[in-house]
Amino acid sequence: MALNREQIAQRVASELRDGYYVNLGIGIPTLVANYIPEDIDVMLQSENGLLGMGPFPLDDEVEPDLINAGKQTVTAITGAAYFSSAESFAMIRGAHVDLTVLGAFEVDQNGSIASWMIPGKLVKGMGGAMDLVAGTDNIVVTMTHASKSGQSKLLESCTLPLTGVNCIHKVVTDLAYLEIHDGAFHLRERAPGVSIDEIREKTAGQLIVEGEVPEMRLG
Amino acid sequence: MSGFNKVVASYDEALAGLADGMTVMVGGFGLCGIPEGLIQKVKEMGTKDLTCISNNAGIDGFALGMWLENRQIKTMISSYVGENALFEKLFISGEMEVILTPQGTLAEKIRAGGAGIPAFYTATGYGTEVAKGKDTREFDGRNYVLEPSLTSDYSLVKAWKGDTMGNLVYRMTARNFNPMMATAGRITVAEVEEIVEPGELDPNNIHTPGIFVQRLIKGSFEKRIEQRTVRSA
Repeated sequence: MALNREQIAQRVASELRDGYYVNLGIGIPTLVANYIPEDIDVMLQSENGLLGMGPFPLDDEVEPDLINAGKQTVTAITGAAYFSSAESFAMIRGAHVDLTVLGAFEVDQNGSIASWMIPGKLVKGMGGAMDLVAGTDNIVVTMTHASKSGQSKLLESCTLPLTGVNCIHKVVTDLAYLEIHDGAFHLRERAPGVSIDEIREKTAGQLIVEGEVPEMRLG
Repeated sequence: MSGFNKVVASYDEALAGLADGMTVMVGGFGLCGIPEGLIQKVKEMGTKDLTCISNNAGIDGFALGMWLENRQIKTMISSYVGENALFEKLFISGEMEVILTPQGTLAEKIRAGGAGIPAFYTATGYGTEVAKGKDTREFDGRNYVLEPSLTSDYSLVKAWKGDTMGNLVYRMTARNFNPMMATAGRITVAEVEEIVEPGELDPNNIHTPGIFVQRLIKGSFEKRIEQRTVRSA
């Protein structure tokens, strides 16, 4: 069975380590915050100027001056810090953030990523995504393996305008966990019940399968 | 001391000298930390052909959305403009030029501009459309793009508290682009929630020193929330 959004987030959460500063993008990456293992502490960085983002507020805690990068009202945890956008991107571009999780339209076998623009459709802008992929080496991309019409999103070469080149090394899809190096996708884990054949069929880029590929452990 | 009194009595005075074709920076992230009264005043003045530098473009009918409705912006420099249907129309029809800029690069362009640095190299955007036509250079085996800095004729910023000398303190995530924009304006106008006397703000905790601020006005703020998101108890 392909993973749902929550399960993709659950798998990404196992990449978290105690003491990590983490930036979570909009969409599935945001859900990762719900699956932080109880025995570790992580600090969530929100690029609009908050380190130590907490859960959404209770109705009577809503504070217009306190939002996340998705413009949602949030809270700040004990030990949090506020700062300017320039300082925020010094953290990001300067590789001080330990792990970044973001979504994408396409990823290719050289680690390039397209996530911000579909020509002919509404162009909303790249926000902080280009800075985030230029920062830490430790980036996890979350996406569905193929489009609804069955087109692979794991390609030999991205077709859409790029967010960054040769910068992605880890991808969690609804079907698999893969690593990217030496110009190929390396299949590391399968979603429970998903066959290697199905993954092979839905991966347009070069896929390397070595030995027995274990099923993912979730939670 | 009077030479250092930055307080102005009216929005007319706060924006005196703003003219068609100027470059204006506007602080804020979404609707958080925006100089609401100054934005409203520029709308009423009807100043045209502005180059507007702001992370976002407001929403339909509010904030910078009002300048869009009034067709006051010729060129918009932003990182993300997703919440505005009119923006899309003006962009696609070519009525308005849009320069999409990565958020961190935008922040640094403004910081550098305010600090007297004409350009800087960043890895952000290398190999993408953002780097087209720009110089690139390799440092220690990694490729970087040369990004020119930004300054403005007027920077309109929002702070929480300001003293009469223009020292500013921001609150929570309403800080965002405001401190850099304050440094990058030929004339920086700060709209604050509260004006206090010199000495009332702790000098250890000033976010923007008064040297960067030319005019200070007390505003009133609606603080509209774009995405009210709550959890249940």
